[in-house]
Amino acid sequence: MDIELLTNILFAMVRTGTPLLLVALGELVCEKSGVLNLGQEGMMLMGAVVGFIAALTTGNLMLGVMMGIMAGMAMACLFGVLAIQLRANQVATGLALTIFGAGLSAYIGTDYVGQGLSGFQPFIVPLLSDIPVLGKVLFSQDALVYLSFIICIVLWLFFKFSRPGLMIKAIGESPYSATAVGLPVIPARWIALLFGGAMAGMGGAYLSLAYTPLWAEGMTAGRGWIGLALVVFASWKVERVLLGAWLFGLASIMHLVLQGMGASISSNLLATLPYLATIVVLVLLSSNQSRSRMLAPMSLGKPYHPAG
Amino acid sequence: MKSFIKKAIVSVATAGLVALSTLSAAVEKPLKIGFVYVGPVSDAGWTFGHDEGRLEMLEKLGNNVETTYVESVSEGADAERVIRKLAQQGHDLIFTTSFGYMNPTLKVAKQFPDVKFQHATGYKRGKNVGTYSARFYEGRYLTGVIAGHMTESNVIGYVGSFPIPEVVQGINAFTLGLRSVNPDATVKVVWINSWYDPAKEREAAESLIAQGADIINQHTDSPAPVQAAQDKGVYAFGYDTDMSSFGPDAHLTGSMVHWGGFYSDTAKAVLEKQWKAEDVWGGFAAGMVEMAPYNKAIPEDVVAQVEALKQQIADGTFAIFEGPIKAQDASIKVSEGTKLNDGDILSMNWYVEGVEGTLPN
Repeated sequence: MDIELLTNILFAMVRTGTPLLLVALGELVCEKSGVLNLGQEGMMLMGAVVGFIAALTTGNLMLGVMMGIMAGMAMACLFGVLAIQLRANQVATGLALTIFGAGLSAYIGTDYVGQGLSGFQPFIVPLLSDIPVLGKVLFSQDALVYLSFIICIVLWLFFKFSRPGLMIKAIGESPYSATAVGLPVIPARWIALLFGGAMAGMGGAYLSLAYTPLWAEGMTAGRGWIGLALVVFASWKVERVLLGAWLFGLASIMHLVLQGMGASISSNLLATLPYLATIVVLVLLSSNQSRSRMLAPMSLGKPYHPAG
Repeated sequence: MKSFIKKAIVSVATAGLVALSTLSAAVEKPLKIGFVYVGPVSDAGWTFGHDEGRLEMLEKLGNNVETTYVESVSEGADAERVIRKLAQQGHDLIFTTSFGYMNPTLKVAKQFPDVKFQHATGYKRGKNVGTYSARFYEGRYLTGVIAGHMTESNVIGYVGSFPIPEVVQGINAFTLGLRSVNPDATVKVVWINSWYDPAKEREAAESLIAQGADIINQHTDSPAPVQAAQDKGVYAFGYDTDMSSFGPDAHLTGSMVHWGGFYSDTAKAVLEKQWKAEDVWGGFAAGMVEMAPYNKAIPEDVVAQVEALKQQIADGTFAIFEGPIKAQDASIKVSEGTKLNDGDILSMNWYVEGVEGTLPN
């Protein structure tokens, strides 16, 4: 394999991994606080369609991203009212959010199908992009890819060193103990949830504004679900989410590359790799009690009743 | 997810209908025609094409017909219910426009022997069930001829959906056209195992471009491959509809479907009591396949050659799948003077010479 092809593959890997990374980072924060939101796919779709419409009508891509983020947060709000305030079952609410988002995005996007848009162009970082291989792979991408790097680093620092980061982790482990020491469980969960919505919205907007600048019904094609799997795969660690997203990205394009090169590997089989990897991680996690207790937030998916 | 999406039954009456009903009974009752669509009419692809056909028929036949359509009907049990309902509501002619409606259509047709059914892309017929489809491969042959003239790297990338005969026909026709003018050119195929996944389509196109392809053809439904070609400065062919807005420089042309003529003719046949349950597989001759506008980058003599070929295909003086045709391993697959019949074409599961890679089974 020559170096240029390798560079191209790695470049595509980072780009394919970016929407997964964005949505998974959001869900990671959300789950750290103990809220399991299965509505990622729906929030992504809303982010994609609203972002696209905003960018198309105003001609401003950044505004499109902002609107996509807002749309994701609006969807998260809906989840919050039901699952945090009214303590509805989080799994059911999340699934409903995905179904709702898929339908609503199809509805409001009807008039925008088949329209094109000049999306985000690569921004070549001076000097850094001259590094062989890595320069092209990491520093010749578009603005949203760089943003995903920055968010990764900030979140890593946030959970590692900051007080609010520890607070969210504590709330996710045991909201009742957290209440006992005076931590604001409900507000913190809301913030984590809204952050998750914003990231899913941005992930959707990345698809409709940078990756394939167009709107199409159901265009996320299951990436929200992969994002959810990714959080488990990464065992709730930021740095592993980054690696996992790129790994999943690589797995999802590898069969396309290999076919072009004439390798006769079943493309269906290769496409299942990310899911197989997730199942393996799940099995490893759950087969070891102490390990699983250390990784998954203990109160994940459980409604919190402030009074008792 | 389709079943969750709005499933509005929209009745569309021709403008003159209200006036018609108030007129004297001397005017005959309009023919009621129902359409069942698999996607939303706004999908800019398959369903959009059928709905354009319906509208064209309404324009041509005016007060003689009245239509109803149901969109986003998932294939399976839902479809049977929708088709039966249309039949019960007194529709005289029902078009079911997706492959997966085949068995539901036949089932309902048995219960309503007086209603006429037309099922798109299927192969099972009945006393009152006809089938129809378009010979997309005719258009793809012409895109191949254009590609043969336009390529410099002699490598063409082809983004495929599923390795089924309909798609393989297209790849083979394209490759035959390509090599009829440029025997050194080859075709690389990448299967994405989906009809519709813009991100995957784009990745497939880009990986083909990275491996030397300077023209991209596609048998998937989104314009993402055309966009990828535009960004990378290479050429592409669209599919289904005119995709030039997604890549003004890249989009050379593409084969498009056109159902309007067929729908009008069928409705007319029913009105004149001439209708028979037949299989219609039309191409240029029937006006079912058309070429999208040609890019200005294509030299005029190439356009002239392609237009002449189109005419020959339409009037039957030129057959695309006529021997000698070599298979991928250079063995003679179709001997000189033999033409493949429709059955052979419909079950095609082999590559012609010039296609790289193995066909997944």
